[in-house]
Amino acid sequence: MSEKISLFKEDGRRLDDRAPDELRPIKIKVGVLSNAQGSAYIEQGKNKILAAVYGPKEALPKHISLPDRCILRCRYHMAPFSTPERKSPAPSRREIELSMVIRNALEPLVMTSLFPRTVIDIFIEVLQADGGTRCAGLTAAVLALADAGIPLKGLTAACAVGKADGKVIVDLNDLEDKYGEADMPIAYNPTLDGITLLQMDGIMSKEEIEQALSLAITATQKIHKMQVEALKERFSVPRREG
Amino acid sequence: MSITEQRPIISKLEKQELYRLLAEGKRVDGRGLLQYRNLNVQLNYIEKAEGSALVELGNTKILAAVKVGVALPFADTPNEGILIVNAELVPLASPVFEPGPPSEESISLARYVDRSIRESKAVDLSSLCIIPGRSVYSLYVDLYILDYDGNLIDASVIASVNALGTTKLPKYSVEGQSIKKLDEYFKLELKDLPVSITYAFFGDKYVVDPCLNEEYASDFTISMTVKSDDRFCAIQKNGGGMISPRGFLELLDKSIALGKELRSIAYSKLSGNG
Repeated sequence: MSEKISLFKEDGRRLDDRAPDELRPIKIKVGVLSNAQGSAYIEQGKNKILAAVYGPKEALPKHISLPDRCILRCRYHMAPFSTPERKSPAPSRREIELSMVIRNALEPLVMTSLFPRTVIDIFIEVLQADGGTRCAGLTAAVLALADAGIPLKGLTAACAVGKADGKVIVDLNDLEDKYGEADMPIAYNPTLDGITLLQMDGIMSKEEIEQALSLAITATQKIHKMQVEALKERFSVPRREG
Repeated sequence: MSITEQRPIISKLEKQELYRLLAEGKRVDGRGLLQYRNLNVQLNYIEKAEGSALVELGNTKILAAVKVGVALPFADTPNEGILIVNAELVPLASPVFEPGPPSEESISLARYVDRSIRESKAVDLSSLCIIPGRSVYSLYVDLYILDYDGNLIDASVIASVNALGTTKLPKYSVEGQSIKKLDEYFKLELKDLPVSITYAFFGDKYVVDPCLNEEYASDFTISMTVKSDDRFCAIQKNGGGMISPRGFLELLDKSIALGKELRSIAYSKLSGNG
């Protein structure tokens, strides 16, 4: 953050030629892994992320189980080659925190009381990272849960909003995340009108947060539509047994 | 892997009473919904640390201490000092704290406090450079949770900022590429006094500064750190549950007002600390 980098071009567009409220190109595919009960793959800009769901299955060791509902286990992990510098495969403090906030964001969606004493494992593997991986990973994880046939109260889409060069922007890429002034990842469920993931770091005024939140709601509604399309595509073709 | 936490069970009776009181706008300990517990700050509690503060927020007790060293700067910030925040949920403080590697709760607490201090620019890291690319000051802020009665986040931010505000750094003389410690000290100057405001949610009701039973009974909490200029520098929702966008926006004004109030109490001793 010591050197000044301009994150906007002279014509007011961002360095990757996006408008301030424009998402990166998103590609989603559901049902991409053969062993997992549910899986999804997302590309958002240069992000490439896989999510897989195993379960519900018996919770072992037994003392981790709950008598009235299933528990969720979530791992967000970045591949060593996903970043410019090699990342050690051991879980970092950041990954431990993100695993927790993603689990917290999924927990209110899953109808956990239908599967007492069981566990659902959710794995998010970031193959290539370019900013906004917790959000893209969460968007994919929700689809992997749906693909696994686990009853959900709704789909949640996630997107980061923030601020760069004094402007409120949506879907920050790596550069904007690093050199921008603020980053606010949000997961929002449009049908339940609920925010399930909310974090912010950087500096924003009350007015900027209000503006960013409304951008986040529009963005997550768009991503929500893509999630629905991806699920339709998955279940409109006969499943190839593999 | 992050696993659904197994909260200690609080009795149904206690929970019902808590909800019944909330419906009447009251709380189990007689506070108002937006009222903090008594706050007590004791500066320079640990003499061997370069800066320290013991903070009591109701029955929550947190000791923050700053150790200062000299280190090689990070490659991407050769002109900046190093600030590292670590939180220890000391097993003697609560039956739910266990010895062993840091839990996700302690990691997320430390990371939140780190963000609150770093993003508010309370510490000007560029003023902590001795020789660019070679020697910078390192500030380790260690948070020791000594007694646990809820709202670790707000108490930890107050403890850390107070500890940093009392920190004295040794001066170094520079000769070429080598440095020598002098027997002189200078005070770390704080550029901002951030405070965190934490809310616990129960259905459509919420309270500020939850005690432990309120924390256990709540659906989730939201913490937001406010700078001296009323702008926000960190926000985090912890726990499951969901909040409507309107409900979230409502908190911003409340946090600004509560932040002003809390800041004047939390850091009142710093101005007199020579």
